[in-house]
Amino acid sequence: MNMRIFIPRDAAAVAVGADEIALAFEQVAAINGLPVEIVRTGSRGLCWLEPMVEVATPTGRVAYGPVSVEDVASIFESMTSNGPHALRLGVADEISWLKRQTRLTFARCGVIDPRSLDDYRAHGGYKGLARALSLDSDAILNEVTASGLRGRGGAGFPTGIKWKTVAQAKADRKFIVCNADEGDSGTFADRMIMEGDPFLVIEGMTIAGITVGATKGYIYIRSEYPHAVEAMNAAIVAARRGGYLGDKIGGSTACFDMEVRVGAGAYVCGEETSLLESLEGRRGIVRAKPPLPAHHGLFGKPTVINNVLSFAAIPFILAEGAKAYADFGMGRSRGTMPIQLAGNIRQGGLFETAFGVTLGELVDDIGGGTFTGRPVRAVQVGGPLGAYFPRALFDTPFDYEAFAARDGLIGHGGIVVFDDSVDMRKQARFAMEFCAIESCGKCTPCRIGSTRGVETIEKIMRGERVAENLALVEDLCNTMKFGSLCALGGFTPYPVLSALKHFREDFVPAPTTLQAAE
Amino acid sequence: MTAVFEPAYEPWDETRGAEIIAEHASQEGATLVILHALQEAFGYVPAAAIPLVAQALNLSRAEVHGVFTFYHDFRHKPAGRHVLKLCRAEACQAAGGDALAARAEAKLGLSLGNTTADDRVTLEPIYCLGLCATAPSAMLDGRLVGRLDEKRIDALVAEAQR
Repeated sequence: MNMRIFIPRDAAAVAVGADEIALAFEQVAAINGLPVEIVRTGSRGLCWLEPMVEVATPTGRVAYGPVSVEDVASIFESMTSNGPHALRLGVADEISWLKRQTRLTFARCGVIDPRSLDDYRAHGGYKGLARALSLDSDAILNEVTASGLRGRGGAGFPTGIKWKTVAQAKADRKFIVCNADEGDSGTFADRMIMEGDPFLVIEGMTIAGITVGATKGYIYIRSEYPHAVEAMNAAIVAARRGGYLGDKIGGSTACFDMEVRVGAGAYVCGEETSLLESLEGRRGIVRAKPPLPAHHGLFGKPTVINNVLSFAAIPFILAEGAKAYADFGMGRSRGTMPIQLAGNIRQGGLFETAFGVTLGELVDDIGGGTFTGRPVRAVQVGGPLGAYFPRALFDTPFDYEAFAARDGLIGHGGIVVFDDSVDMRKQARFAMEFCAIESCGKCTPCRIGSTRGVETIEKIMRGERVAENLALVEDLCNTMKFGSLCALGGFTPYPVLSALKHFREDFVPAPTTLQAAE
Repeated sequence: MTAVFEPAYEPWDETRGAEIIAEHASQEGATLVILHALQEAFGYVPAAAIPLVAQALNLSRAEVHGVFTFYHDFRHKPAGRHVLKLCRAEACQAAGGDALAARAEAKLGLSLGNTTADDRVTLEPIYCLGLCATAPSAMLDGRLVGRLDEKRIDALVAEAQR
């Protein structure tokens, strides 16, 4: 049997040289006259070890990383002789960072060939759909509701209730829309799953389709993710060829098909109503709610719109049952969350775990602190609209309600770590600036408030009437929070107010020690 | 080493433009699909294409212009021969991205969002490439580069200038 070497094709691995390494392995194998099969997988999510290369052995897949082209010859030698190597990490599944996770959604990511429908099926793929096809709509809705799954895009709305609303709506056409406009900095779970296990997303959307009676789905992927677009397109073609999309899916009487649509660089299109406008070919202007998309969504028809990770959680729930999912988690946050550790962090990557782990465990223990080696000063949780948390709040458990209780949000599960060189005035200013750049312009608090926010924070930075301007920023944040139509203007105050509250010393100049001469 | 990617765009041609538009016009909500296809072919969306899109989709020119100008991706004129996008979002900021962006600006003698006078390099900010655990990151003509440091950003700038 040929030696099988696994090298990620995930964008994060490619960005640090995975393609060149794959080429180098082919060359070194040819020189040695040994036939090898190189399988391009997704990423396991241990990003600081990327490019991480694995070789199949009788005791499991042995990993090496982070690999550079210069290491390839000696690693190949170690692989063929089962000998030691400085970059040898042992059996991948036994690496503690991976082993301590609960991978329900990401179980296959980094393991299988994302281009192979057979590989997906061999690893338990399409079991969820098979079970769904044996149930009626109400029974599927009961499973989804009982799993406790809440929208993983950030809002945390119960998925079962959303689906039920669409299932009960009467219309000639209904739609399934997958929100893959993952614009939050510090988040990359959608990208990873689309690149590493795209059939999972298709399966989840298909189950949604048969549940609510929709025969057409769209996945709206941001243009910044060309690798994900390619992977999803390839998987859709393969699924169609394999009888999993189109008429009579999986040998049943049900029909469902889907296509990829690519965004065009507007952050606000991650907001669901703006995304629907964009899908319809218009400016991504936010719609007022109600009516909800569940009643009046894409092209005015009842629409299930969910995040990639919500759809990706569905196949497990159907295959293993709602209880198997709901047994994980805490309080009203059930199941697992794929958490993304990013920014200035020693061991960054994708860590899927049950809700309830504390912020401190995630940053210090799992993440290993900063890669600069300096103390962690602030972490932003939940993307550009998430709050900055200081060390004092590191006991906060990862849970929708616990973060809300401390004026924060878990959003899409991204955690960006900053060391003590961070200037929180700059971060607060950036939050307002980003909102100003990305505002769709429909509502005044967001459109104008963000620009006034930038100006006012700049005045504070220049030391102009600091106390008055700080009060003005706080007042402005209140207006934006309660007066904006969507989360862009409504949540931009989170990073700003949290910076003001927890890092006040950055905004107020230190009392001068020089006494003014009388 | 990866070969330098040279995007080859067609010069604007009305017949060719109309062909591209016709190819996608029957899709529901086709405006963005068509604008993407035009930009892929010509490197930008020529002003002359806007009325053609409007006519094909039975929209007003103002509506199509509105869509075209709303999205950051669509260009009204060709970019430089190479496009270097630097991620400027929070994860890359936390990892030292500000200083690297300033370094690239200084090397090229322009600020983000501009093209060098010789039309060789367009330097642009991008808000998140999703490579947040291997930050800071950049994209040169579609090729991703992570774990940027001074040496790597200098090499990218030099490659773009070639």
